[in-house]
Amino acid sequence: MPELDGIGVATFFVWLLGSVTFIIALKFLASPSTARRGNQLGAAGMALVIVWTFVSVEGMLANWWIIVVGGVIGSVAGILGARRVPMTAMPQMVAIFNGAGGGAAAVVAIAEFLEFAGHESELLPLPFVIATLAGAVIGSVALTGSIIAFGKLQGIVTASPYMLPGQRIITAVLFVALLGLAVYVAAFENSVPLFLLYVGLALITGVVLVMPIGGADMPVVVSLLNSYTGIAVAASGFVLSNYALLIAGTLVGASGAILTQLMCRAMNRSLFNVLFAGFGTGGGPATAGAEGDEPLREISADDAAVLMAYGKRVIIVPGYGMAVAQAQGPVRELMDLLVDKGVDVQFAIHPVAGRMPGHMNVLLAEANVPYDRLKEMDEINDDFADTDVALVIGANDVVNPLAREEGSPISGMPILNVDEAQHVIVLKRGRGTGFAGIPNPLFSSEKTSMLFGDAKPSVEALVSGIKQA
Amino acid sequence: MDPTTMSAFALLAALFILVLAAFVGYEIVSKVPTMLHTPLMSGANAVHGVIVVGAMLVAATAEGPLRIVLALIGVTLGTINVVGGFVVTDRMLEMFRKRPGAGGRG
Repeated sequence: MPELDGIGVATFFVWLLGSVTFIIALKFLASPSTARRGNQLGAAGMALVIVWTFVSVEGMLANWWIIVVGGVIGSVAGILGARRVPMTAMPQMVAIFNGAGGGAAAVVAIAEFLEFAGHESELLPLPFVIATLAGAVIGSVALTGSIIAFGKLQGIVTASPYMLPGQRIITAVLFVALLGLAVYVAAFENSVPLFLLYVGLALITGVVLVMPIGGADMPVVVSLLNSYTGIAVAASGFVLSNYALLIAGTLVGASGAILTQLMCRAMNRSLFNVLFAGFGTGGGPATAGAEGDEPLREISADDAAVLMAYGKRVIIVPGYGMAVAQAQGPVRELMDLLVDKGVDVQFAIHPVAGRMPGHMNVLLAEANVPYDRLKEMDEINDDFADTDVALVIGANDVVNPLAREEGSPISGMPILNVDEAQHVIVLKRGRGTGFAGIPNPLFSSEKTSMLFGDAKPSVEALVSGIKQA
Repeated sequence: MDPTTMSAFALLAALFILVLAAFVGYEIVSKVPTMLHTPLMSGANAVHGVIVVGAMLVAATAEGPLRIVLALIGVTLGTINVVGGFVVTDRMLEMFRKRPGAGGRG
């Protein structure tokens, strides 16, 4: 906390101004027309707080090189990562940036504990130790958890849920050990070795918590870890008596928690179920092979094109397959051609289509699809019955009618009523199951025709088919 | 100033700020449309990049090699978070700008 001389008072006002810009930034993100301005405002407020800290804090100029070296390396890595990454890999990028923030929060907590522990025979004040321990454990979990989430989304770590033998026992032992160590270090002895053991266990805990969660649930996990990092940053704000950190961290901690809840609700599952149920292990792999045996009806691109071109209404259902194939450009061309032919074209966006809520919206916006054509699930679900062709592009679990029945791992998840359309055309890379590893009876339905192949060439074939039709 | 000697008043003030900021965070997010959830997550991710300020404060009082190394790691990671976070969010939001002329709506 700054001394209350002139500079100290100015510091408080810089924190206040910065905090207000952070709040406005998040607020402006609520509408497409203001979102970008909001983000830029937040960045400006952030720059103000950082620059003010650099010039006003005593001792900073003596160690300027640490800031410059760290700042340059971090900026180059951050900008390269953010600019170079393809749009499909956005979720991974958010995960890795979040991991960096969690790591930074853990490092700050560790540095503060090492600085003050063991210097005096008396115990450090309880609020200080509790905040330090909280920052260290939550930041560490966010760091390693985000790295595993990144690995799962990137395909480096297995996307299927990986249960350790005795997973639940290991998790329980880790929690008890962390709690026990925290109580001992806070109340009995500010021991540095035990504190470091505590940090080590926290790093392991991040891995153990995320490994058993399936790749399809990673958005929820990244959102939750984002919230954790916010809490860790708030704890650092407490330790350092820095209200800018305290407010920004708490804002993100709270908003991230709500966002996580919203995502879970979209899948009709509880957070507990996402974190501990091992989604997709409930007989998933055992039945996964069965689908290949079902007779699937194939259709040629030209036939599919005719079906759409002479329909009144077509609903396009994009999924992760469209993102992977980078097919959004051709999809938009397809839409334009159909619209020219007088077909009513809408996009049905499932809340968890792709890898993140809003993932499809971002991609289609990139291809300049007007966002008034993008309909959310509740808005469009009743229209399928009145639709000639539902074109499913690389979506699977979000259109799986098994979700309406009991006993499936995705039971109860709201789905798009694609099976109510007159015809369903499914663009799919191969005959395998979706991300969750569950067979999909929609594909073997009588209404459904399959067009196998990578989404981009398939859509391009549809485009040239419609041009001829 | 030694952070371990925080006054009771400052502690209570911090507690007040914590609770009120949590309510603000809750209120803002409950009104965001689904299509902006990913940019919102990313934007919030950038905001907690303010932790770089915490790492800078560690750097300001760094003397021994251990603390210098920790400060350097902290500043680097924090900068990745804050710079990468804002840039990637901006890139996502760039996609949402209105189409000039808005053709193809017919």
